[in-house]
Parts: sequence; C-alpha cells; structure tokens
Amino acid sequence: MIRVALIGLGKMGISHHAIINTHPDAELVAVCDTTAYVLDVLNKYTGVRCYTDYLALLDEEKPDAVLIATPSRLHGKMVKAALDRNMHVFCEKPFGLDPVEGRALAGIAEQKRLVTQVGYHYRFVASFQEMKRLLAAGVLGQIHHIRSEVYGSVVLRPQSATWRTRKEEGGGCLYDYASHAVDLVNYLVGAPDAVGGTALNKLFSRDVEDEVYSTFYYNNGMTAQVAANWSDDSYRKITAKVTVWGTRGRITGDRQELQIYLSDNGDLLHGLNKGWTIRYSTELAKEVWFYLRGEEYSAQIDHFLKCVKAGCGENISPFASAVRTDDVLAMMLEDSMSTRAAGRAPAIAKPVPGATEGLLRRIFPRR
Amino acid sequence: MERVLFGDNQFFGVNHMSEEKARAQSMKFQDVEAIIHVLDAAYDEGIRVFMCTTHERISDICDHVRNNRGRYENFQFYPCMPYAYKYANAVTDYGMIGALKRFLPEDGAIGAILKGGMSVAKKDLQGLAELLIDAEMKMFDGLRTPIIFLQNVVTDLLLGLGFHEAFRIFAEHVKNRYKAEPAFITMNLPRLLDVLDALAIENPIVCANINKIGFRMCGGIAAYEKAIATRRFRPIAMSVFASGAIPAKEALEYVCKQTNIRSIVFGASSRGNIRQTKQLIDQLTRSS
Repeated sequence: MIRVALIGLGKMGISHHAIINTHPDAELVAVCDTTAYVLDVLNKYTGVRCYTDYLALLDEEKPDAVLIATPSRLHGKMVKAALDRNMHVFCEKPFGLDPVEGRALAGIAEQKRLVTQVGYHYRFVASFQEMKRLLAAGVLGQIHHIRSEVYGSVVLRPQSATWRTRKEEGGGCLYDYASHAVDLVNYLVGAPDAVGGTALNKLFSRDVEDEVYSTFYYNNGMTAQVAANWSDDSYRKITAKVTVWGTRGRITGDRQELQIYLSDNGDLLHGLNKGWTIRYSTELAKEVWFYLRGEEYSAQIDHFLKCVKAGCGENISPFASAVRTDDVLAMMLEDSMSTRAAGRAPAIAKPVPGATEGLLRRIFPRR
Repeated sequence: MERVLFGDNQFFGVNHMSEEKARAQSMKFQDVEAIIHVLDAAYDEGIRVFMCTTHERISDICDHVRNNRGRYENFQFYPCMPYAYKYANAVTDYGMIGALKRFLPEDGAIGAILKGGMSVAKKDLQGLAELLIDAEMKMFDGLRTPIIFLQNVVTDLLLGLGFHEAFRIFAEHVKNRYKAEPAFITMNLPRLLDVLDALAIENPIVCANINKIGFRMCGGIAAYEKAIATRRFRPIAMSVFASGAIPAKEALEYVCKQTNIRSIVFGASSRGNIRQTKQLIDQLTRSS
C-alpha cells in the first residue's frame, strides 16, 4: 500500500480525494486544508484524519507520497517541504509561477530519484494520447502548424470570489486555462523556441486576464497558435481542441473524438483511410477502476501511483516537462508586456536566460 | 416502474461521441417548444416517463405539463438531481458557503432560511441536504415524480469519499417528504451496490451504463453482468447505444436478454427514432 496525503480540498482536491480513496494500491492517510468547515464535515462523516498545517501532516503522518492541490502560489514551498522529506509528489497545474524555482525543485526530485507529476490531465485523455502516437509515427508527414484552443465559462461577470481570479494567488486565464493549451502543444510537438504577438485581455476580471492569444515559433519553421478564453458562456465545461497540419493531412482532436484527414493513399499501417477517418472516445477510452468526471482524472492518479510502485519509471507529465510549460507561460507574459508597452507589433520574444527570470522575479517576488 | 424511459441528454448538448453533434443538438433545442415537440412524440409512442436533470430549463417543461393536464394524463417525471454545473458555477462566483446559501429557499419561508443558516453553522448535513433537495424539487410541484434520482457526479463523489451517510439522508428524505422511491445513477455499479447493501437500502433502484462494449462500466463488463444476474436491485440501463457506437438492434438485444434489467432509458431527437427504439424494446422484451 502506498500511503498518500492530500493537501488542498478545493474543486480539484475533493475530486482527487475520492479517486485516491478508491485506488486499490493507495491508502489516503490524511488531508489538509485551511477551511475548518470542510474539514469538520469530512472528518465527521468519513473519519479521515484532518490537518490545517501541512508541515504537521508531513511530519506526523510520514506519507510515501503527497498530492498538492492548493492555489498555485503555494505550490513551491509545499513541494519543497515534501521533497525534503523524501516523499513522491503529485502537484496540480500550473506547476509554479517561477520557472527558476520549478527547475530547482525538479532537480532535487531527480537527484533523490523521487517520482514527480503535474496534473496536466489532457495528457491522459485517450484521444490526445492517440494523436501523439500518430504524430510520432509520422502519419502527417512534415508538421508545419498546430492550433491549440481551450474554452470555458469560468468568469462571466465582474465579481468572482475565488483565488483563481486573483493575480497574487497565481490565478488568471493564462495559468488556469492557457497552461493546458500550451502543455498540449509541448506534449504533442515539443516546446517552442520563441513566442510573439501575445495578447492577454481583460473582459470581466479586474485583476487578471480572461483571454489569451499567442503565436509560437520553432527553429525548424513550424509555428503554433494558442487561444484560451475562460469567459465564453457557450461552453458548458472546459473544452480543449487541437488541430495539427502536416504535408500529408491534418488531425483535429478533442476529448470525444479524432478526425483524421489524409491525402495520398492514407496510412494502412495505422488503419487510416485516404480521406477521413474518425476515431471516437467510445473505442479509444481505456477502462479505469473508478470513474468520477472523466477517465483521465483517474488515469493520471493511477499512472502516478504505478510510477511510485515501480520505483520511478518514465512519467508522462513529470516536473521537468511542467517546467517547460512554465517557461513558455513566462515567455508569453513577457511578450505581452513588450507588445503593450511598445504599442506596436512586437518583435519576437526569444528566451534569453536570466531575462525572463528577472522579470518574473519582479512580478512574483519570492515569498 | 415503467419499462421505457425517455432521457434528456440530447436536449442539453450532452453527447459522449462528438462535440459538434452536441452543439448542433443544443442549437436545435434552444426553444422549449422544440423539446416539447419531441416529448409529445415520445408520449404518443407510448413512453410515459421523462427522466430529466433538474436543469433550470426543465421548469418550463413542468409548467407546460401542469398547464395541459388533459394532454399529459399519465405523464411522469423521474427527476435526477442536482444539475451539477449550476453548483460548480456558483461555487466559482460566490465561494462554497455563498453558493449553498444561494440555493436555499428564500420565498415565504424565513424559517427555512434560518434553518439553512443553522445547518451551515452546525455542520448539520441532514438539514442542509434536505433544503437543497427541496430547492431542486420545487419545479415539480403538483406533478408526478414517483422515482427521484441522485445524479452520478454526486453519487460517485460521495461513494469515492466514503460519505455514505449522505445516501441514507437522500433516501429517507425522498421517501418521507415526496413519497417517492429513491434511486441512484452511477458509473461504478458494483462498488455502489456494496455500499447500498451495507446501508440496508433494500432492493435499490440503480441506473448505470449497461452496453455491449463495456463503455464507462467501471469494474468491468463481467462484474456488471454478474451483479445484474445475481444481486437484489432494480437495474436501469443507460447509454445502451454507447452514444451511437453500437447498432440499435445489437445494443438492445444485449440489454433485453438480461431479464433482470427493469428499465431502459434512451434519448432521441426524432419521432422516427423514438418509434423504432420503443418498438424494438417492446418486441425484444416480449421474446426474451
């Protein structure tokens, strides 16, 4: 049995709680949150041990693995505390607000051979996994463009009461929504070498952006466009969609299906027709032991626990790859400010070591 | 229990196979008139039950049925609560406690508000849950609701958390206040049955995905088949076509040959499809 502790009982934390609780290889030893009301109700009706101080939880319960689902600003110090105690860590996305700190944490974990994972659950959606498999097999020929979009209806009016709309907590559409779109690009075709034309627009929020648009450039000539908007009322829930264009065709995918169009003679090896092939989630989805809101939420926890059980192993969404996503988010943030400051079409922002980090440090001073 | 139940996913842009299809359907059923037109077709084909979420748009359907009692003499609702997105969105806007307060009744019942306030303060789950159930049921005032379901997102969350007391509270309140049978929707049938047994909720009504390809049948298709064949409960099959992945006849044969399955819920948008499905179920039910 892997002894797991959970820190943070918000929307994601509660769902993780239910999923870990049912896993055959895991024992949820304790939970931690600062909302006494939620803890009291949970303790009264489920008997789970509760803490309000995460350090006390780590020291007293000594779990094998820790799951962190707190506001993003708190990730860094909590991850550090767990790694210092030689515990495996699953952290919610985005990993951190400061790639320098994130890189250091990934380094510590690697040195100690601890399993790390960040909750980019789209990497566990069967259709995106299939898309990655087909791209890696080269079915599209030379890939030249990718479009990654995430839409949803989180903020639809001026006042909103949670940390997700507070800048100092690490909220905003860039970290909350665009991070998924960026991570999907990184997952499918790798991280860009430069970004340009980034717009972070406010619609309803006073403090943070509600929509994000950006163009990514790759040294091999490939480009990508990322769009995220968390104020679109026409979406019932968060919806991600990716289209990849190559010299032999294109693939469009979302959580439900893959639409593949190939010219020439298709790709018999991968069962793809000339013209259209549609693959549905009903055939692609892999069964999970417990279903709550989508197979991917269970699958990512299962993957983490399997890696812990196996004593390391290749992780699909480790700290190292999440830091690359944080890097790109930092590049976008910097690019958006130079665009606004100049009041004209921007020069392409290239990642200059140190420059991004210095800027970030000014925006998010280390606490 | 009725054999054939009419579902509502198609009216609210829920489709497990295609976002495009889901969007096209939500455009088609933007007007409540369009929904009523399809419900009329289902009723005229002999389907007496509308199994629906407590989506706010359902209240228009309720008004329509109340205002035309003659037309819908045998019409029954099987409400499924709560419509979870309503709560999720409110939590985003108002925080957890703020959201709870918004859904507690306001009109004419100062006592209820006080009770709500007290429930929040005393962590009295029962009082709070009863108020929330009543708020969800308000739109069905004066209509027939012989069976009331707890939606799968909530059932499965409570199941995962080990918050089993909530099932008992739900079951008791539905029985006492609404003289209805409590029922549960789940994606984790075998696991839920164990818990309901332990709570001594006898011969429960449980609605779950039951389809030939094992789509979203957690615990595995074999465990489902065994539970249906051997355990004491009243199964309702949903997602029998797995969103269209299984041809209609093949899908219904699989379900109908498991004779312990009491009811089948399906959704359709056209009279032709409704008639075909209803006739197939009737025919396969007679011959099995």
